[in-house]
Amino acid sequence: MSSGLISTDVLVIGGGLAGERCAIEAAAAGHDVLILSLVPPRRSHSCAAQGGMQAALGNCVKAEGDNATLHFLDTVRGSDWGADQEVARIFAEEAPVAVRELAHFGVPWTRVRGGKNSYVIKGERVDIEERLENDGLIMHRDFGGTAKWRACYAAAATGHAALYAVDSEVVRLGITVRDRTEAVELIHDGNRCWGVVARCLRTGSHFPVLAKATVIATGGYGRIYGQYTTNATINEGMGAVIALNTGIVPLGNMEAVQFHPTALAPSNILITEGSRGDGGYLLDKNLHRFMVDAEPEKQELASRDVVSRHMKQCMRDGNGVETPYGPHLWLDLRHLGEHHLTTKLREVFDICRDFVGLNPAHDLIPVQPTQHYSMGGVRVNKDGQAYGMAGLFVAGEASCWDMHGFNRLGGNSLAETVVAGRIVGQRAGEFANAASLDVTTSIALHATKRADARVSAWLGRSGSGPNIYDIRNAMGETMMSKVGIFRTGDELAQAVDEISALLVDCDKAVLRSKVPGMNPELTFALRLKGMLRLALVTAKGALLRTESRGAHYRSDYPQRNDAEWLNRTLVRWAADGPEPEFSYEPVGEIDLPPGHRGYGSDDRIEMRQDIEQYNSDAYKQQAEHGRLATKEAPGSRIRWGAWREQV
Amino acid sequence: MTRKESTVPRRLHFEIFRYNPEDSGSVPHMQTFELDEAPYMSLFIALNQIRETQDPSLQFDFACRSAICGSCGMMVNGRPALGCRTLTSDLPRTIRLHPLPVFKLIGDLSVDTGTWFRQMVEKSEAWIHSEQAFDPEAQEERMDDELAQAIYEGDRCIECGCCVASCGAANLNADFAGPAGLNRMARFLMDPRDSRGDADWFEIVSNSDGVFGCIGMMACHDVCPKELPLLEVYAYLRRKVLTTKIRH
Repeated sequence: MSSGLISTDVLVIGGGLAGERCAIEAAAAGHDVLILSLVPPRRSHSCAAQGGMQAALGNCVKAEGDNATLHFLDTVRGSDWGADQEVARIFAEEAPVAVRELAHFGVPWTRVRGGKNSYVIKGERVDIEERLENDGLIMHRDFGGTAKWRACYAAAATGHAALYAVDSEVVRLGITVRDRTEAVELIHDGNRCWGVVARCLRTGSHFPVLAKATVIATGGYGRIYGQYTTNATINEGMGAVIALNTGIVPLGNMEAVQFHPTALAPSNILITEGSRGDGGYLLDKNLHRFMVDAEPEKQELASRDVVSRHMKQCMRDGNGVETPYGPHLWLDLRHLGEHHLTTKLREVFDICRDFVGLNPAHDLIPVQPTQHYSMGGVRVNKDGQAYGMAGLFVAGEASCWDMHGFNRLGGNSLAETVVAGRIVGQRAGEFANAASLDVTTSIALHATKRADARVSAWLGRSGSGPNIYDIRNAMGETMMSKVGIFRTGDELAQAVDEISALLVDCDKAVLRSKVPGMNPELTFALRLKGMLRLALVTAKGALLRTESRGAHYRSDYPQRNDAEWLNRTLVRWAADGPEPEFSYEPVGEIDLPPGHRGYGSDDRIEMRQDIEQYNSDAYKQQAEHGRLATKEAPGSRIRWGAWREQV
Repeated sequence: MTRKESTVPRRLHFEIFRYNPEDSGSVPHMQTFELDEAPYMSLFIALNQIRETQDPSLQFDFACRSAICGSCGMMVNGRPALGCRTLTSDLPRTIRLHPLPVFKLIGDLSVDTGTWFRQMVEKSEAWIHSEQAFDPEAQEERMDDELAQAIYEGDRCIECGCCVASCGAANLNADFAGPAGLNRMARFLMDPRDSRGDADWFEIVSNSDGVFGCIGMMACHDVCPKELPLLEVYAYLRRKVLTTKIRH
């Protein structure tokens, strides 16, 4: 079942934007780089990002005066103060460089057209004269939770354009990509990661890959919500699973799950936030713009957690449109006009036509909030180095870096992929420089044998037993109904019980197909336990966090509680461990003091300590929780008090 | 929800190509399945239902299920299409599915488009050729938005392989760049950030593996799920090589 061993300097798991951008950085520094990917890289879920990539270039009139500090402020407020503020600062400063670099790689960014332009802003059509001296620079569109127009875009196919440009660079550099390959186990000695055991999805065979440095860039875990996600079918969180299985590397803030306001009902295909950024309305069943009442200042462009909650409440109040698939609301883009819809929002136009037979120039679009993004992930320091495991790096959505805290702003994740890719790729390369592949092959062979044994266990069970797809469906129903937009202690406790029972079922489940080769049923079965483990730590983390912060909203604890919960959840759970172990670390050093976000509720409990006290041992505590040393001193990139000039 | 939802569902009759090269006992054959139609049922939904309730060994590829990633090209009643955006309500009761031709078969409906497209990108060097290193301090180079939109139009290809499968020339000549390859060349040719000159492009485009390998049947133009204007793309390439030849 196993085949030969291969080795490389830098191994990247995942061929999306974050992984490929890491690979480019390491390869350009002269390293031998290998990318493993579930699918050909251009089919990675990065391609589904539509509306934009946030970077404070300040090129159009509505972006004038924008800068990294304003972007930092928006990001920290968006996170509901859950973010690591140093990482948010690094991100905001590097994002313009990363976006311009993508232009260099060939992304056809939409550009500023000097002269008169017509926009829809807060329900009004407005003519704005774009400066002629800015003609041809990268254009911006409005997005939720931002002070300025900041999202750079290529129509509504920004992720696609960025991914193709970055992958072209990967091919130019001659980087080897093994597609249809899955990393199923980390090879490690308890302190140091030495690569992975991979499974070939063409033949089903296992093989070890030894590496000086290993980067996980496998994206999010939205599929633990079953069909209630905008995510692709490949977003099953296996990168987080192999890290969790070590029992050493913690996952961070798994309960921080984003629900996107506008998924197409009932298929849950994403409709970009750019459609509201460009002036779209949300309407209830009476065609009333309920967001204007709920959020007079930001209206449809409050942060995603806030808009999704208002939508869910609107439907709970009986103002949703009832259908056999459940209630939905309307997205109204008719007033933007067919020309705008078939150019700047072309992908939205196509999706509406192809999947519900609608023309958004004439018809309302049925939408509902749906799982969209995983703020949580493998906990890393600012270099992308995983807690507790030297030589293991993580970048992009798979990581908890942690610039998003408890709510990510639209357009920040796409920018994170390339910003983090540049930084983490460099750090992984530096690590590989200083390392040798001084490891006994027995450690790799043991890990491979464990992977083989899991396959044998599945193929060896026969007779009657639960069906893996029934278990997956039950997991999705539990997660969406009990670990969703509004959460309560009772329902979360039920969710923990239900997922625990499904884990027991999973160990008894029986395959109906034992065909040789990759065997699609076996392939999914091998992932199912890991997905259930992620679901359990998500539900349990949400149960334990008795406050409301960002996307984590507890109806029984509606206040943000900075006195007790201004921290990050960490969870460790070895593959053979009985129970997940939770602990909490400071979010990092705080520069911008916790306050009102400017939208949503202002109901909160203030910090007990002052910030100086909080900061005094924040990094020391993080080190005790497993944070490894960073190249530059922790906190060195914070620009203390720079935000004062902007508020 | 504007479409009328039928009250009596149709009983769909699927005929699906089966062959698992990893199984020495497997021989290529067609297998039939029956399924009740549901509202908005796509081939993504139908095939997953068949796998989950009837035959768990059935191989096919989907990822985004929203016509963006290009994973699910397949022959639907003899015509290449994306499975995810093909609604059963647009098809007759009998639905015959085959893997895309040209590409190497992985199993059943799954084919290896990744390897084919990687070699296409390598062969035509489909990346920005630039002597200038990226300057992180500099403002971005300007570009007229009209030109950006024109490049974006060519950049919209999702490499699903439907055009390649439909192409008579690509089915006969393994070295032919194929419609997607020619489109990719045109996209870089019109991009001023790419420093390759007319003479460089002439070498790549002007031969029987390039634009003159096209025999003009234009099935590609009809089947492209992204509705790329391939007719105009080939005209653009031919015009370019012709003017290059005249000038030299």
